Amino acid sequence: MKIVVDFDLCQSHGLCTEAAPELFELRDDGFLYVLSDTPAPELERKAEKAALECPVGAITLKDE
Amino acid sequence: MQRVVIVGASLAGLRAAQALRKRSFAGSITLIGEEPHAPYDRPPLSKQLLSGEWPAEKLFFHNREKHDALELEQRVGVAARSLSVSTNEVELANGERVPYDGLIIATGARTRQLAAAKDLAGVYCLRTLDDALAIRAALEHKPRVVVVGAGFIGLEVAASCRKLGLAVTVVEPQTLPLLGPLGAAAARSVHELHRGHSVEFHLGRAVTAVQGTGRVERLLLDDGSALDCDLLVVGIGVDPETRWLAGSGVALEARGGGVICDSTLATNVPNIVAAGDVVRWPNAGNSERVSVPHWSNAVEQGQAAATRLLEGPSTAPFTHMPYFWSDQYDRKLQSAGSVRGSDVFEVVQGSLEAASFVGLYSRDDRLTGVLSSNAPAAFLRARKLIAQTAPLSEARAAFAIR
Repeated sequence: MKIVVDFDLCQSHGLCTEAAPELFELRDDGFLYVLSDTPAPELERKAEKAALECPVGAITLKDE
Repeated sequence: MQRVVIVGASLAGLRAAQALRKRSFAGSITLIGEEPHAPYDRPPLSKQLLSGEWPAEKLFFHNREKHDALELEQRVGVAARSLSVSTNEVELANGERVPYDGLIIATGARTRQLAAAKDLAGVYCLRTLDDALAIRAALEHKPRVVVVGAGFIGLEVAASCRKLGLAVTVVEPQTLPLLGPLGAAAARSVHELHRGHSVEFHLGRAVTAVQGTGRVERLLLDDGSALDCDLLVVGIGVDPETRWLAGSGVALEARGGGVICDSTLATNVPNIVAAGDVVRWPNAGNSERVSVPHWSNAVEQGQAAATRLLEGPSTAPFTHMPYFWSDQYDRKLQSAGSVRGSDVFEVVQGSLEAASFVGLYSRDDRLTGVLSSNAPAAFLRARKLIAQTAPLSEARAAFAIR
């Protein structure tokens, strides 16, 4: 799985950082950072949750 | 369970369908929607769609998510008319009957109309894609816009109209915009924000008449003032869409008509659950049933209701911390937790006069909610503290050190 964030869409709601703190971080500069765009298999469910809960649909998951 | 029917083809219904498949449900899923559209996202309607930044295609979920594997049978453009819990069938407006083993009620809400504006052209509510497209088309004629209702929808419409250079007047019976959801101090700053963008307000005023020959021309207010108007947008709230459930045996609130759910989102009828704006449920162990008509709640309830349907009564209670946001001009307002019942609001970062601030709501020295503007990282920090119902002193300290 590969995580792709569309940063033109991202508005730093930050819900992904709660769904998958291992993969996403919102830093004090107000921007979202992807900590790992190729999640380990045990984190894929969290990545899916983050994508579904993103209010602006900025997170896409691609099969590798 | 072989056949699941979801009535309501918006966010909660779609997320429920996705959760069913995620939990390896292999039966049929029928998604029934009144609007003639595949599921789409509503928040951009009053913002990017209205201001013309985005085409409608950008709103459809299937354009940003993979839906093929869901194998949904979509029946859109036809409303559910009634429900028979004795024969386990949903009857559609075209007379067709759709049988189910499990039913998810996700019919959302419908907009309240302004009785005084009945039957006049140029009067709109904003809930659906078709509403938004109709308003957008009308805005091209450079109308004088009046918005009735200074809630989130009304104010976002006002902001979008100002972006397009149109004159906007807002009428609101309360003394400040967003007074209920934000409290007085923050509501005053929203008022100032819009006044700074030349929105005219008539606060504490009710509409007594809407005049016009065939189409809206003028509003009369209870202080005797008259507002000339070519386009009237009504944003005075919504009611749960449960008319199709009347008399079905599914228990509805005597007041308001929402679907009464238990803590797991189950209704009083076996194998029928509910999700989204239509739901009234006891959140987080409270005895009072509430509605949380926001985007994130629809997502989470859709998923939770699907789980409840598959796993039965032993499913864990559904709890949710309310979250909403609103984009107005250069501000992104974000709110989490609860404002109602709080007795103190204090700004712990920035100031209400500035574009960026963080304010905390509390009761009895416990943090209950947060409102921020253009401060996403600090907002998340506060959100975590609310989840822990942190003492106010701890919350203050978390901000003071930065």
